[in-house]
Parts: sequence; structure tokens; C-alpha cells
Amino acid sequence: MVKTDVLIIGAGPVGLFVVQQLGLIGLKAEVVDNLNKIGGQCIELYPDKPIYDIPALPECTGESLTKNLLEQIKPFKTNFYLNERVQEISKEKNNWKIVTSKDKIFIAPNIIIAGGVGSFEPRKFPIEEAEKFENNGIYYSISDKNYFKNKKICIFGGGDSALDWAIELSKFAEIILVHRRKEFRGVGHNAEIVRKLEKEGKLKIKTPFQINSIEGQDKISAITIKDDDGKTEKITTDCVLGFFGLIMKLGPIAEWGLNLEKKHIPVNTENFQTNKKGIFAIGDICTYPGKLKLILSGFHEGALAARACFKLARPNEKYRFEFTTTSKSMHERLGVKKID
Amino acid sequence: MAKITYIEHNGKSHVVEVPKELTVMEGAVQNNIPGIDADCGGSCACATCHVYVDDKWFDKLPKKENAEQDMLDMAFKPNRFSRLGCQITVTDKLDGLVVKTPLKQA
Repeated sequence: MVKTDVLIIGAGPVGLFVVQQLGLIGLKAEVVDNLNKIGGQCIELYPDKPIYDIPALPECTGESLTKNLLEQIKPFKTNFYLNERVQEISKEKNNWKIVTSKDKIFIAPNIIIAGGVGSFEPRKFPIEEAEKFENNGIYYSISDKNYFKNKKICIFGGGDSALDWAIELSKFAEIILVHRRKEFRGVGHNAEIVRKLEKEGKLKIKTPFQINSIEGQDKISAITIKDDDGKTEKITTDCVLGFFGLIMKLGPIAEWGLNLEKKHIPVNTENFQTNKKGIFAIGDICTYPGKLKLILSGFHEGALAARACFKLARPNEKYRFEFTTTSKSMHERLGVKKID
Repeated sequence: MAKITYIEHNGKSHVVEVPKELTVMEGAVQNNIPGIDADCGGSCACATCHVYVDDKWFDKLPKKENAEQDMLDMAFKPNRFSRLGCQITVTDKLDGLVVKTPLKQA
């Protein structure tokens, strides 16, 4: 069990910056994120794409922004719990008890939800049978590639994950790459390599096809694929891999009794508190009249939410507004060397 | 203004007037038409405003750019009439446009 001042859900840019805002006023935070790395959408969706609207940064990338935010919160020595999702929350006197998917328990007077539009989950095959075989023949990610040795595998998708795995697994498995159109996306030479492997007879490509049905009792025996004109084709296969990118799902947050408006959490713009005392929502996940889904808006929202957290974490202390340029206590928290 | 008909997967149709310069996605969201999620807010980054354009209208729309084509790979059950609502800007020429929404967005 970990006691802290604030539990932050989401390690995206807004979650990271609020760590700094809390740290400056002397509050300790712990951060939980469902992804396996820090950075949220910046890292998952557009690590290399330039961002042009961060104040005073004419141009940066999702990756460099994340790196700099981590640098900025270094003095606060924050713990990150990655690959972990907040599952349940319950009220315990003046605190919230928070339980994660790995059964970790946090006790905190404040929760800040900076969860983007929820947690990232793989997009799945659009047919019902796919659910029955999930993790038993149908996979959306690969943890141990050796499992696929000498198997017959259908890989669906046209992006980097699909192409990378088709290339890699073709070294020791029989691969059929299926995509809904003739063109593959994916950066660099992946598409060329796949075409070359096809010419050399090392893998097969089926386009333009999508999945139509899955056959089999306890395990998959075959699938059928269908093109735009409805023509179907049957393929015997041991397993099926789908790489259709990630989708954001609100997940357990929807079960916590918070008011919701179309996957977003309405907040009071004075302090970004939700309808529950001590639960705040900032960044893309919150909504209010005039809300803009900009990183810079999330930074502002975090600054205000942090001050509101102070009142609940230090009920007997008075909050004093200070500037980082002149505040001695802030300098101490930042570990800034004293200049006499 | 252009009159746009949004037909839900269950066949229920909604006819709304959408101002020029808005997108087909915005027209749906602002009129609370079900079936369009628009998670990313209209930046061609999520494929949750996927619609099937009526076949009589499909060729009258400006062509897809690569980014939209790539995003559609991730959409739920795309077909040859698939478009992303956020990438179709409403003009006078689109008065009468008919689009269908998929069973779900993901």
C-alpha cells in the first residue's frame, strides 16, 4: 500500500506537467499508466511528428516533449507504475482507496485523471467468432515469437506492426499477409521488403481482402477472407494476427460514478474538480464550455487542479501563491543551488 | 447550408442542415447523431468518424488523401465507400449528401 498526496492516472504530457506543479507546492504524486512507456498519445500515436504549438517551443516532437517534461520533474523523484490500469476506487474517510490491475493499492486524498481519452487497447477483428478465439489462435500482440515457430499464420494489417511481424516471422513460419487494399503504409522499406519476400516465395500476400469468418471447434482450423466484391477464399491456418492500431477506451473510469458526456468528464473550470470531491480531470479527458484539446490547455488545467489538491492534502495549512523566480521553498524543492 | 442525411446502422435516418465549412463529422456531432465517436476531434488520427458514403454520392466527393486512406485501414469494417467524416468538408455541392454510419466505430 502506498500513501501519497495525489494519484495521477495517465503519464502523458499533462500528467507529467501536473507532477511538476504539485511538486512545486510540496505535494507528492504517484503516476499510473496502462501503457508500457511514459508519454501517452505523444509517444504512442506521434513520437516523430512535429508539434508547433507548445508555448516558447517553436517546434518539438512528441518524443522530445516527453523527454523534456521528464527532465523538468526530475527533482521530484516520482514513481511510475506502467502497464498498470486503475481498476477500482472507493472512499475511505477523507481519502480515496485506489486499486490497480496488478492489485497495487494507493491511499490518497486526491486523484487527478489525465487519461487522454482513456486507455489504449488494440482494435479487434470485426466478427463475433474472433472473441471466442482471442488468445487461443487470435492475437493482437506478440509476447513470445518462438510460440509461432513452424506455424501457419495469417497476418492482417497494412501498417508497420503487420509488416514488421510478417518479415520477422517469415524466417521460421509460413506467413500469409492479408490487407484490405493493395497499398501498404508503414515507414521506410518495409513494404518493399515484403514484396521482395513474396517474390522469393518466403511469404504470401492477399490483397484486397478482409476477414469474413473463422472456422474451428476448440482451435482455429481455417478462415475465409472476402474482397470488396464479395468474392471469398478459404485459407487453412493455425493462428491469426491482427494489427489494426490502437483505440482509446474509457475503461473502468466509466464505472466510478463520475458524470460523463460522450466519453468525457465534465469539470468545474475553477479547479477542474469532477462531480466527486477530490477527483479531478485534466487534459483531453475533461470537458467544459470552450474546451480545447490542446496540450497547452492541459498544462493550465493541471496548474489549477494542483492548487485544489493542496487544500485536501494539507487541510490545516494555508496555500500561498509564489513564483518560481523568487520562492525559497520552491527552490529547495527544485534542488536549485543557492546563489548568495 | 447543405442538407445531409445520416442513416444509422439500424436504418433510422436523421436529416440535418449543416453549415458550409463544417465537416460531415462535425455536422453529426453537433446534432447529436449517434454512431460517430470522433475521439481525436477531427484531426484524421483515430478513424472513429467512419461513414459509408451513399454510392451515388461517393464519386462526387473530393478524393481521399493518403492520411485518410491509411487511417481507414483501422476503421471497423471499411468498404469501398468508406470515408472519414472529418475529412469531408461541407459545400453547396454536397446538398443532399447521404451517409450511413457503421454498426460501431471500433
